[in-house]
Amino acid sequence: MIPAQFDYIAPTTLDEAVALLSQHADDAKVLAGGHSLIPAMKLRLAQPQLLVDIGRIKGLSYIREEGGQIRIGAMTTHYQIESSARLREICPLLPEAAGQIGDVQVRNKGTIGGSLAHSDPAADWPAAALALDAELRAVSSKGERGIKAADFFVDLFTTALEQGEILSEIRIPIPKARTGQAYLKAAQPASGFAVVGVAVSLVRDAAGKCEAAAVGITGVASKAYRAAAVEKALAGASLDEKMIAAAAAHATDGIDANGDLYASAQYRKHLAAVYARRAITAASR
Amino acid sequence: MKKAISVTVNGVVHHQDVEPRLLLVHLLRDVLNLTGTHIGCETSICGACTVIIDGQAVKSCTILAVQADGASVTTIEGLGTEANLHPVQEGFWEHHGLQCGYCTPGMIMAGAQLLDRISSPTADQIRHGLEGNLCRCTGYQNIVEAIQYAASKAK
Repeated sequence: MIPAQFDYIAPTTLDEAVALLSQHADDAKVLAGGHSLIPAMKLRLAQPQLLVDIGRIKGLSYIREEGGQIRIGAMTTHYQIESSARLREICPLLPEAAGQIGDVQVRNKGTIGGSLAHSDPAADWPAAALALDAELRAVSSKGERGIKAADFFVDLFTTALEQGEILSEIRIPIPKARTGQAYLKAAQPASGFAVVGVAVSLVRDAAGKCEAAAVGITGVASKAYRAAAVEKALAGASLDEKMIAAAAAHATDGIDANGDLYASAQYRKHLAAVYARRAITAASR
Repeated sequence: MKKAISVTVNGVVHHQDVEPRLLLVHLLRDVLNLTGTHIGCETSICGACTVIIDGQAVKSCTILAVQADGASVTTIEGLGTEANLHPVQEGFWEHHGLQCGYCTPGMIMAGAQLLDRISSPTADQIRHGLEGNLCRCTGYQNIVEAIQYAASKAK
């Protein structure tokens, strides 16, 4: 399997990259780690005329804390996040989700920015970004803007990024004290993609009750979503087995679930409730 | 339009003009005649094409040769020599970690990466570390033993 012909430019600054994108408008695609785009190009599902490789731009690969936020450069690999001792301490959902993506080799090369911008309906990062209330920074020749994760995933493989924009950074509010998190997924055994993936970040009050919860679910529908009904049921609730199960039962309220050969829509909905229950339980420990 | 790249493979610098769509695995096999790196599934699943780029095990069927411009690549040919096998290669020999051998180069490269990161892995960690490599013959048991051998040998 060989991609169709294309031209290739590897700019060394973000300014150059966005200039190329605005110049080539419809014909160009951004190449990050390439672990979503190159497979799509080999299958000729994508046939861009020009690849703008942002892999040679310095300063797009980092994990740092600034302004009460965790800031992750778009070219940071899954492995860098998985192996970050600091993140394991302050925001364990990130390394936990990273470690469940693909396999070792994929995590060594694939990037958080590439995965988010690709918006695969079965990818892991969208669920985590939603549950962590991430803000995604987009840069274009016109300037920079922030897009909330809740507004970022528009539809199947479609994001709120506009033509000419590059996702440059992911910003996550540093979780408060008494925050519990978890990411659990039912992986498709052949591909490793999420049949269902549930990311939970919840804050408990001093008495141990749930003060607020954020639940992101991937794999079920055409895009990852916040399970608002689950969050509402958890807010103010005591986190016992019965309450958690009752809240998790709302995992697919109002959601049009996908079905395929491996998992019917009905089975996905069932799995979503089961994995939501398990993830909330794990996060509340 | 072809791009000029320079890639160090097993310590030797190669200057090549390549089409941007040339995959790294094809550069290695078809241009540089290093056929130890195998092509299996071509879909980033099986791991037969695993090589190490700048210390990171990657699937060379999912990387463009132009992305490796300036990088240092190690393939199975560069891991050890016949007279002086890499401990993981020796482990596969001693513990019969292969049958048909098709997945072996990728398994060994992934095994070497694993031992770089965890010097004394448990059997579970080995199986997890090889999750990106498929073997359809051995049932993996001897592969796990081969890596365990390499870990104890490297001490």
